[in-house]
Amino acid sequence: MIRLDGVTRRYRSAAGERVALDAVDLTVGKGQVFGVVGRSGAGKSTLIRTINRLERPDAGKVFVGDQEITALKPAALRAARRRIGMIFQHFNLLNAKTIEENVAFPLRLEGRPAAEVERRTAELLDQLGLAEHARKHPAQLSGGQKQRVGIARALACGPDVLLCDEATSALDPETTDDILSLLDGLNRDLGLTIVLITHQMEVVRRVCDRVAVLKDGRVVEEGATADVFLHPKSPVTRAMLAEGEGGETFDASAVPTGGRVARLTFRGPATYEPELSRVARSTGVDYSILSGRISRIRGEPYGQMVVAFTGGDADAAVTQLTARGVVVEAP
Amino acid sequence: MEFFANVDWSEIARASRDTLLMLSGAMVLTVVFGVPLGVLLYLSGRGRLAANPVVNGLLSLIVNILRSVPFIILLIVMLPVTVLLVGTSLGVAGAIPPLVVGAAPFYARLVETALREVDKGVVEATQAMGGSTFQIVTRALLPEAMPGIIAGATVTAIALVSYTAMAGVVGAGGLGDLAIRFGYQRFQTDVMVVTVVLLLILVQILQMIGDRLVARVSHR
Repeated sequence: MIRLDGVTRRYRSAAGERVALDAVDLTVGKGQVFGVVGRSGAGKSTLIRTINRLERPDAGKVFVGDQEITALKPAALRAARRRIGMIFQHFNLLNAKTIEENVAFPLRLEGRPAAEVERRTAELLDQLGLAEHARKHPAQLSGGQKQRVGIARALACGPDVLLCDEATSALDPETTDDILSLLDGLNRDLGLTIVLITHQMEVVRRVCDRVAVLKDGRVVEEGATADVFLHPKSPVTRAMLAEGEGGETFDASAVPTGGRVARLTFRGPATYEPELSRVARSTGVDYSILSGRISRIRGEPYGQMVVAFTGGDADAAVTQLTARGVVVEAP
Repeated sequence: MEFFANVDWSEIARASRDTLLMLSGAMVLTVVFGVPLGVLLYLSGRGRLAANPVVNGLLSLIVNILRSVPFIILLIVMLPVTVLLVGTSLGVAGAIPPLVVGAAPFYARLVETALREVDKGVVEATQAMGGSTFQIVTRALLPEAMPGIIAGATVTAIALVSYTAMAGVVGAGGLGDLAIRFGYQRFQTDVMVVTVVLLLILVQILQMIGDRLVARVSHR
């Protein structure tokens, strides 16, 4: 659905040249929720803006559907942008217009007939639970409500793709949850392809099918969310994940002497099976849990824990666990 | 009524009418020229939608030149141009060209400033929705900047009131002319007081209208 091919963007300033994006290749499949994470300054914002060409790359190509966005003439670009909705961290609503007028705005820009504009606007306001606020102005709404208006506006022209630029970063946790559920629903119900950039790992964990980690304008890691989260390879990913969990790591001083320490990862239904105690019973090992977490990534349950095996046949325990689909790694 | 002995009320009425005519005529044209000029200054500015250093530099220079010329000098310099444009340099018609040339660049700067106050995100969002530059200006930027544009018009209209008084010097008529010719040159203090009070009332009314309009279009 979306393909970035060697996309490079440089900024020139008095202080010299800075590379915001360095030959980025990415592919987002139709109907996917794709997350791009990275620290501030990693190039996330520039990256998402190249998709609708709010930022024009210095080199490389961007495709959305079967169109090469980077090659479009102005009129064709405007038509293509109507098929790409976008929501923003600070909502970017028009303060002078009512909620209704904000949602109708893209339809009016496109020049749709008044009757259609009215019908579609009413439908969207209803769908997003904004009907009672139709005549209000953005200043009278809460952050979460404003973002709902932003989403309604982005959906007005019936886009295939929704770009979310730090869409939940200005919201409190409860509202973030609400907006993420909404995005998740749009993805499932409308088959909308969503690209979101965020610095909040929790957002990716909740809604993304795939994730790319950006550092200094390069993609340092990319894969299915569960794979990247459970088996991060790059130091940035590890660091960002650790921060997301309050720096939770296992305490090396707690390792029993002579123990063998391993990180076990359970995924899917196996998460709730008593695999560890079964293996312990059959191999005679004892285990101490040093750290652990059972949770969900994009709805899929998983458990991950660091254990120390003592006594018995630790090697056999590892073999049996692996055979049962548990991933065993060095911590 | 002894104090108002020198006051010719019909003269005052005519002068008031002339001032109002000059003011409204000049104000309409100031908006007509000032808004597009302000939009061009904004759009051609660095990092804006139609960034163009040459156009921006040129417009900026013209605006600055016109703004740096004292209005009283501008009145005199403009005389031949005024005659060319409206056939006379006298009366209400003769006053309007210099008033517009004096006020439009000032107003254009205020419009530019009001546009700059609009959040860049609004421009970006409108672009992302497929809006053309013309649509971004007319449907997003100008409506969003409307409180500032109206507040700027109020300031400009009030500046024009004092300009009309100066225009009196070169034969434009109006309350300012009356104040100078009778109030100052003939020491008729009562005429001076009446004209000044009328100008004050005019300024008060303009400010009030401006403030009300701003309040009506503000939704922050």
